Amino acid sequence: MKIHEYQGKEILRKYGVATPRGIPCFSVDEAVAAAQELGGKAWVVKAQIHAGGRGKGGGVKLAKSPAEVEQHASQVLGMQLKTHQTGPEGQKVRRLLIEEGANIKKELYVGMVVDRGSQRVVLMASSEGGMDIEEVAARTPEKIHKVAIDPMTGLAGTEAEDIARKIGIPEKAVAQARDFLQGLYKAFDDTDASLAEINPLILTGEDKVLALDAKMNFDDNALFRHPDIVAMRDLDEEDPAEIEASKFDLSYIQLDGDIGCLVNGAGLAMATMDIIKLYGGSPANFLDVGGGASTEKVTEAFKIMLRNPKLKAILVNIFGGIMKCDVIAEGVVTAAREVHLKVPLVVRLEGTNVELGKKILAESSLPIISANNMADAAEKVVAAVRKTVNE
Amino acid sequence: MSILINKDTKLITQGITGKTGQFHTKMGKEYANGRNCYVAGVTPKKGGQSFEGIPIFETVKEAKKATGATVSVIYVPPPFAAAAIEEAVDAELELVICITEGIPVRDMIRTKYKMQSRNTRLIGPNCPGVITPDEIKIGIMPGHIHKKGPVGVVSRSGTLTYEAVGQLREVGLGQSTCVGIGGDPVNGLKHIDVMRMFNDDPRTEAVIMVGEIGGSEEEACARWVKDNMKKPVVGFIAGVTAPPGKRMGHAGAIISGGKGTAAEKLAVMEECGIKVTRNPAEMGKLLRAILK
Repeated sequence: MKIHEYQGKEILRKYGVATPRGIPCFSVDEAVAAAQELGGKAWVVKAQIHAGGRGKGGGVKLAKSPAEVEQHASQVLGMQLKTHQTGPEGQKVRRLLIEEGANIKKELYVGMVVDRGSQRVVLMASSEGGMDIEEVAARTPEKIHKVAIDPMTGLAGTEAEDIARKIGIPEKAVAQARDFLQGLYKAFDDTDASLAEINPLILTGEDKVLALDAKMNFDDNALFRHPDIVAMRDLDEEDPAEIEASKFDLSYIQLDGDIGCLVNGAGLAMATMDIIKLYGGSPANFLDVGGGASTEKVTEAFKIMLRNPKLKAILVNIFGGIMKCDVIAEGVVTAAREVHLKVPLVVRLEGTNVELGKKILAESSLPIISANNMADAAEKVVAAVRKTVNE
Repeated sequence: MSILINKDTKLITQGITGKTGQFHTKMGKEYANGRNCYVAGVTPKKGGQSFEGIPIFETVKEAKKATGATVSVIYVPPPFAAAAIEEAVDAELELVICITEGIPVRDMIRTKYKMQSRNTRLIGPNCPGVITPDEIKIGIMPGHIHKKGPVGVVSRSGTLTYEAVGQLREVGLGQSTCVGIGGDPVNGLKHIDVMRMFNDDPRTEAVIMVGEIGGSEEEACARWVKDNMKKPVVGFIAGVTAPPGKRMGHAGAIISGGKGTAAEKLAVMEECGIKVTRNPAEMGKLLRAILK
């Protein structure tokens, strides 16, 4: 799960991680009032959307007067902010963060992530802040420093100080940087985060370290023990189809193609997308119905796929292990009837009671195209799309 | 011979009184020599009861002491599953197979850390389990699609493993052992660990290795195969069409040096002499062609 920058900073402040003072706002009036409350001579108006790259897209603006705050806030609030992470249509800005201006001497980077290699949380830091860390990793990998954190003792003071020095934090700020990094790890660990990224971490003219930005993602598997974090979820930032799918315990991700796929199991779902592509088609989505593909689940899955205006055909690929194929076939037939399916439907069933399942499909009087294996299914669904296009 | 488990394995079901634990214990007991393999169950506060004639104990230690079991399978719900793994490790079992899906990563990091100096092997979590066909089935895979034979299967995915097994059946090939290592980022045995065992197993003549996007474990395994493997290996990686960054936070790719895409994994595997296919429908045929 993702949260906004201002929410991330609220969490981090509780752990003693220094951030600029700021106030979240939902209207232009609130933004002006926030600037007055914060005081000072400069403010930053920051669009709050879940995607990165907001600055380049025009979602972060510096204001030198309350009038400028008003001007920027009215410009940014409600805009369709386009960044390299939002897709071409952009994301509508509904929230702002008004922050006091910071005196930036140097921009640095710190991030924490779960590392498969060491099977631990790893702290990464670099002297190269404010730019894409992927670029730094590709061009100057020697400028990224890492520590795999001991899960029992946490980030040691000496480790934190060592990293701080390596990224060029001056001696007089090292102690504060150590507390900052230790606080960041404590926050990461306590909240079951899966990613924390401070980019940039800044060194101010007064030689203090501050989190100028904060990005935090959380482990979905652990949300059951963090109601406070679940309360921060902003459904406006999520794909409506994916939200709908999650209500029915379906794992759905929309893609750019036109062939919908409904599969049991994540690996087989990915492989099904791959084979569609291999046979010259293009998958419209990833959809894993999980182990128990009930009639209700299959019906909802059909409905969610059919919301996609690009959809030209559907491929159902089920390897029924414990699930019996006749039960799945009944589900597919019921679902296809209920949604008055108009696009071609190719079904590949395998596993227990497969013959019975195929018989149910054949006798349904629905125009279901039956396939014998994955390759056959991919070929047939791609052909069905071509036929629709040509008609 | 086989790897990890065989007809003489004695095992404990942890979480035997839950719906999933009951169902799959029953299926496992009915498969091949299962009646002699499933010797105990564990559910706290239900010690002294029994399920399908299998005695239930309070703790893994008690179950082990009473039955001589050396393996456990875990169907405990996610919030308590990591603790269940640790209990099995503390009882010094040889092998723990954790089927549970949805364990918080933070729990698994701590559990793996505690396992560092211990001898217990872990498979999973979030995996279908392990089967040595016609001998023993531990996990949620459909038993009837498998048959005894010369091919070892190791995979991160559940149904895609069944797909591979189904294709082997089509070309008339059985399996020595099939191991689902699971899809979680912090887990037990990796591809490389299972590959080593297949290399040493006289009954395994070839291996199908199924991977997916994320991490760099398939690459590590491929490099090991290049230097050590005496048997042919067929490989497939799911996720060539998966959109980047959708599942992994983007900083995740940096640590492994920008690795993790299907294309990169396939390239490394090919370089290391693994016969890869980009068509998931061709795994069985490719293996058949190699074994001839």
